[in-house]
Amino acid sequence: MTATARPETGRTPEEARVWDALRDVYDPEIPTISVVDLGIIHSVAATPERVRIEILPTFVACPAIDVMREQIREAVAGLGVAPEVSVGVTFAAQWSSDRITPAGHARLREAGFAPPADAPSFTADTVVDLNPLGRVRAKLVPCPYCDSKNTLLENRFGPTLCRSIYYCNNCRQPFEAFKAV
Amino acid sequence: MGEGAVTATIPTATLAGPEDLDGATRAALAELLLALADDEFVLGFWDSEWTGIGPALEEDVAYSSIAQDEIGHARALYELLAALTGRKADDLAYDRGPEGFRQARLLGLDRGDWAQSIARRYLYDTADATRLAALAGSSYAPLAGLLGKVRREEAYHLLHFDGWIRRLNDDDRGRARLTAALDALWPAALDLFTPLAGEDLLVRAGILPRPFAALRGEWLAALAPIFAELDLPLPARRGDDGAYTPTVAPLTGGRDGNHDPAFRRLHDEMTMVYREEPGANW
Repeated sequence: MTATARPETGRTPEEARVWDALRDVYDPEIPTISVVDLGIIHSVAATPERVRIEILPTFVACPAIDVMREQIREAVAGLGVAPEVSVGVTFAAQWSSDRITPAGHARLREAGFAPPADAPSFTADTVVDLNPLGRVRAKLVPCPYCDSKNTLLENRFGPTLCRSIYYCNNCRQPFEAFKAV
Repeated sequence: MGEGAVTATIPTATLAGPEDLDGATRAALAELLLALADDEFVLGFWDSEWTGIGPALEEDVAYSSIAQDEIGHARALYELLAALTGRKADDLAYDRGPEGFRQARLLGLDRGDWAQSIARRYLYDTADATRLAALAGSSYAPLAGLLGKVRREEAYHLLHFDGWIRRLNDDDRGRARLTAALDALWPAALDLFTPLAGEDLLVRAGILPRPFAALRGEWLAALAPIFAELDLPLPARRGDDGAYTPTVAPLTGGRDGNHDPAFRRLHDEMTMVYREEPGANW
C-alpha cells in the first residue's frame, strides 16, 4: 500500500516536499482553503522516479474534481522531484466533512461559509433504520459573519452539492454552510 | 482529521478488483452494477425535469442538486462496470436502446405530478437506503468503498423526502393525492428487490451480503413503524416468523429491459446529445 495515513515523520524527503506543495493548492471554488485543509488528500507516495497522489472527492458528483486533479498535478510536477506525476481519484476511503482541518474551518469562515457540524456516523448496519433524523440532524449552525446561533435553515440543498443555504436572523444575512456529511 | 488521519477502510472487503473474480461472478456483478447504475441514472434524469418548474424556488434547487448527485453516482457505478467489461463508461451510459436499460419498473414510470414524484422518491430512497446499508459491507472493495460514500449523500435525499411525505400527509388534499400515488406505485417499487440473474453467486462471494428477497423484508419491516405513525396503508403482512412479505403482486421486468412506454420519451431525451456524435469525448 501507499503512504496513506503515514505520520509526518515517516515520509520520504520527496513526500515531504509534495505535502508542502499541496498546502499551496486551493479549492477552485473556495480559493481560501487548500486541498490539504479540505482533507481530500488520501495518499502521497513519492520516490525519485515517480509521485502518485490519490484524492477523495468531497461529493461523488463534484464537478470540480477534474480541475483539482489537474491543479495538483501541475503544482507537483513543477517541483521537479520526479519525472512522473499522477493524480488519481479513489473511494478506498470516504471523504467526510470531519476531514476538514481546524485551520480549514477558519479559512471557510473567512470566506463567508459556515464550516460543517460534526458528521453523522455510518457504521455497517444490522438493522435498517429509515428514520433519517437518526442520521442527519439539523444542528445549530452559527453565522460565519456575526457568530449568532439565531440562524435558520432555508434549504438543505444549495448552489453546489456540498453546501446548504441558511439565513441569520441576527445580522439578516443569508449564508451558505458546508453539509455535515 | 485530514492530513495524517487514520482512515477506516471497509474491513470485510476482500475482493480487490475484477482480477479476483471468476467469469461467472464477473457477469453476475455486471448485472448488479448495471441495475444500481441505471436506477440512479434514470431517476436523476426524471428529477432534472423539475428544474425550473418546482412548486417553490427551493424545490427547483433541491431537485436539481439531487439530480446532479444521482447522475454522479450512476457515472461512478458505470466506471466500476467499465473496469469489469473494458467498455467506456460514457458508452455504457448512453449507447443502449430503451430495452437495454435495467432500472426497476418504478424508475421507468413517468415523473407524474408533485405527489407522484414525492411518493416515488420516498419509496426509492427508503429501498435504496436498505440496499446501501447491506452493500456498504460488500466483499468487493471498489463497490463497498463507493457505496459507503454514496450512502452519506443519499441520507440527505431521504431526509428531504421524509419531510415531504409528512408535509403532504398533513392535510386532506395532500394526503388523498399521496395515498393515491403510493397505491399506484407499490407494485412497481417492489421490482427494486426482484432477484437478479446470478444473485446466488454474488451472495456466495459476499459481494451482495444478503439476497434481495431478504432485503425486501428488511425494507418493509423498517417502513412498518413509519407508515403506522403516518396512518398510511402498508401493503405488507408480518408472518409468524416475523418476516414481512408484500400483499400486492409486484410489477416485475425492469431488470430484463421491460419498461413503461413513458421511458421511451425520456430515453430519447437522455441520449439525444450522445447520438449526435457517437464516440465523441465529452
